[in-house]
Amino acid sequence: MTDWKDKVENMVYSGRIKVPYLWNVGKTGSRFLIAIRDNKEIWGTRCPGCGRVYVPPVKTCGECFVPTTEWVKVSDTGVLESFTVVHYSYEMQPRKAPLAYGLIKLDGADGAILHLIGDTDFAKLKTGMKVKAVFAEERVGSIADIKHFTPA
Amino acid sequence: MSKIAIVGVGQTTCTRSKIDTFEEMVFEAASKALADAGAEIGDIDNVVTVSNDFWDGRTISSMAVQEAAGSWGKDVSTVEGDGTFGALYGMMRILSGSFDTTLVVSHMKGSESIMNLITNAMFDPIYQRGMGIDATSAAALQARSYMTMSGATEEDFARVSVKNHGNAKNNPYAQLPMKITVGDVMASRKIAEPLKLLDCSPIGDGAAAVVLSNKKGLKRFRKEPVWIKGVAHCSDSFTLGYRDLAKSRALKEAAQKAYKMAGIKKPLKDLDVAELYDAYSYMELMWYEGLGFAPEGKGYELIRENATGMKGELPVNPSGGVVSSHPVFVAGMVRLIEATLQVRGEAGKRQVKGAKTALAHGINGPCGQAHCVYVVGA
Amino acid sequence: MGKRVAIVGYGQTYQRSSRKDVNGVELINEAVVTALADAELTIRDIDAIVIGNMDHFEGINYVDMWSAEGSGAVMKPVIKVCTGGTTGTTVAMCAYYHVASGMFNKVLAIGWEKNSESDTTGAIITAFHPVWERPTLGGAVAGLAIEASKYMHNYGATERDGARVAVRERLHALNNPYAHLHQEWMKGIPPEKLVDLIVGSEQNAMLAYPLRMSDMCPRTDGAAAVIFAAEGSAEKIAPVPAWVHATANRHNFVYAGDVDMDRNTTIAEASKAVFKKAGVKEPLKEIDVCELYLPYSYAGLKWIEDIGFCAYGEGPRLLWDGVTDMDGELPINPSGGVMSSNAIGATALIRVGEAALQVMGKAGPRQVKGGNVNLALATGFGGCYWGDVMLLGKKKPA
Repeated sequence: MTDWKDKVENMVYSGRIKVPYLWNVGKTGSRFLIAIRDNKEIWGTRCPGCGRVYVPPVKTCGECFVPTTEWVKVSDTGVLESFTVVHYSYEMQPRKAPLAYGLIKLDGADGAILHLIGDTDFAKLKTGMKVKAVFAEERVGSIADIKHFTPA
Repeated sequence: MSKIAIVGVGQTTCTRSKIDTFEEMVFEAASKALADAGAEIGDIDNVVTVSNDFWDGRTISSMAVQEAAGSWGKDVSTVEGDGTFGALYGMMRILSGSFDTTLVVSHMKGSESIMNLITNAMFDPIYQRGMGIDATSAAALQARSYMTMSGATEEDFARVSVKNHGNAKNNPYAQLPMKITVGDVMASRKIAEPLKLLDCSPIGDGAAAVVLSNKKGLKRFRKEPVWIKGVAHCSDSFTLGYRDLAKSRALKEAAQKAYKMAGIKKPLKDLDVAELYDAYSYMELMWYEGLGFAPEGKGYELIRENATGMKGELPVNPSGGVVSSHPVFVAGMVRLIEATLQVRGEAGKRQVKGAKTALAHGINGPCGQAHCVYVVGA
Repeated sequence: MGKRVAIVGYGQTYQRSSRKDVNGVELINEAVVTALADAELTIRDIDAIVIGNMDHFEGINYVDMWSAEGSGAVMKPVIKVCTGGTTGTTVAMCAYYHVASGMFNKVLAIGWEKNSESDTTGAIITAFHPVWERPTLGGAVAGLAIEASKYMHNYGATERDGARVAVRERLHALNNPYAHLHQEWMKGIPPEKLVDLIVGSEQNAMLAYPLRMSDMCPRTDGAAAVIFAAEGSAEKIAPVPAWVHATANRHNFVYAGDVDMDRNTTIAEASKAVFKKAGVKEPLKEIDVCELYLPYSYAGLKWIEDIGFCAYGEGPRLLWDGVTDMDGELPINPSGGVMSSNAIGATALIRVGEAALQVMGKAGPRQVKGGNVNLALATGFGGCYWGDVMLLGKKKPA
């Protein structure tokens, strides 16, 4: 028995969802981004419960569920806790592959920050190495005002 | 705890790309689950569907499958998360006393979108998304954190891939059955170091369904019940830098609760088979530790000793696991279905002999942020 | 049989057009903290969390995961449910089932939305079928306009009838400090006169006949959280818990063309199921107050007929007789309803929370019947005529 489906051409309807968004950073995050933009300084918030310093800052500590109360300036250098070198490219990536991401625990912070790693030979990356923030020349108040981190 | 039974299971094959629409896939899975139970849609009191708006490219993605899920005129709801969470909600709805039976269906067409763009949208739009991070690059960061903590090697990850792709050869529903070697995995294309192509799951198309019932509802079904002995779920924090990526404390928490309900004291001994959500090869080793199969940092010992192979002490992923077929959101429900088939002794060539107690596991969010653990038994 | 369940705490943010001072996670946190304070509980008392919203509305995938640090879900069980506009009631129902199942004792339900951050209509259009509907259908307003004009045709209702609903919602909102729209100029003007002013106003733009600006809901930023607890705990937490007497939902449509534009059949069927479970025979007499998800004015005429408060076509009479006003026999939406605040993911949960406040006697200036509320009905609407219904009561159900 022949199935009529075998003879039907497969139609494909291609589309794209495009909805514009304006994500509000909030006062806490705004203060963090402004300090980077205006002074090339990185600040975090400290939880009064567990004492953790979060970078990027949080308004509420997720562990203790209490508002953070104190702003702490942290170093622009830190330890590379983990990294990956990515070998594929998609349009959401700001750079062409290969590109590298790192989780960086800045000196004075407890939580690590996710960022790009650049200006270096990726083959030489090692966990535990010291890395330093490289600030963008033109800063607009976004996380990309830190261009990337590079071995210190 | 033996209050809720799995009385019917159904799954489509997992393939790279299906021509079938969401509706057709859901109808196939639901019909198979009903047929397996020896039931008709009229035997179902309420329905839970599982889908995700980003993956489906549609707000209120569940709207597309209401007819196919047979929910007309019934109470129905939708979980956006892995299928294991959907089944859990289906179970709660019965335990509430409002219903005796629930049909839970889950669908995914990974072929219709681009995984990297979709999973990029699961990261925070202000601090993370603009960097282009996605499920795979985030997983790579976790894999390296885990290597640093445990001393596991890339070869250990490769061993998981070899085992699971090999097991998939016994599973007619799997997408990538392959006889490969550790050397093949190590030589495969670098994706996001330390992950290589054969460490990563193939995002594909598939649907799955389960029929759940309480004792009262059992008379509507022909199938021997497989009981949910224990189930629990738990989430870790979201931000990658704020949680210890190398250790899965949320899985540990969920597993302990589920074990307590099921009376499991020594999981490696008490369980006969486990189906885990290994979206990337390394995950299986981490989940061994979270599930208490191995001490923290020692998961690799199990794979090196082949303790989780088909003939090992606790076979893990006889189906080939998620690294062999990954319809997102469906994959966890497939683990539950596979665990059920094992307990029934209906797992065909992938059957673990004499399996009586099986574990199924699902994850949600980046790098296994949330977990859902089931223990099922006869 | 499962556990009996009550609402023991409720918190909401002030509903505003834009909350630029907080991001989404922080907004969620505000509602959660407020609900916990209301119940005098801490996050450690909460056994599980249920949250929902529509992914494309904020451009956030996996909201349950993303919000964990603000919602309190760190190292807790959390589930996301979503059914469109009904999401808020769907979240409430899911939290109810969590507790009723006996698996969790105290469960937090969260709904939220920052409409100011996206193009709401652009996002709503993605709810339609990509191949068959999206190229031709235009968002929410047009579909509702079809329903309204059909109702007018079938029952001889007029634009003045629609406006009467809008007037009620906006007058009620003046009693609710949390509401988004406060049209202070309306204060002290009789409803009939307000209807004349609205219908005759040239500034009141026609959007899609017969719907004018005044017939629609606003776009709002806001969040809400409701705490459900099991019998045994509920009585200890709240002096007057709002017991869940029954809940049900229906959704019988896949394509927009399937929608029965004559009647809202899903709200009707779900209401019937709820009344049957709870033993309600004469809804108008037995129910003391309603918080209904009425996204536009004509729904306030037609859907109250579908719920069973009056016969088909009699909705306008109930409105003009003042039956649904604050001091009427069946006050509807003392909060000002959806037409006064619409943070979509939160909206239906706010209906449940507001209904609970009425039962608990904690509704302040918007409290009806001097706090003597025995039964309160809440509904959710959305997702191509998805209909959720929950009945709350002062008496612990049998």
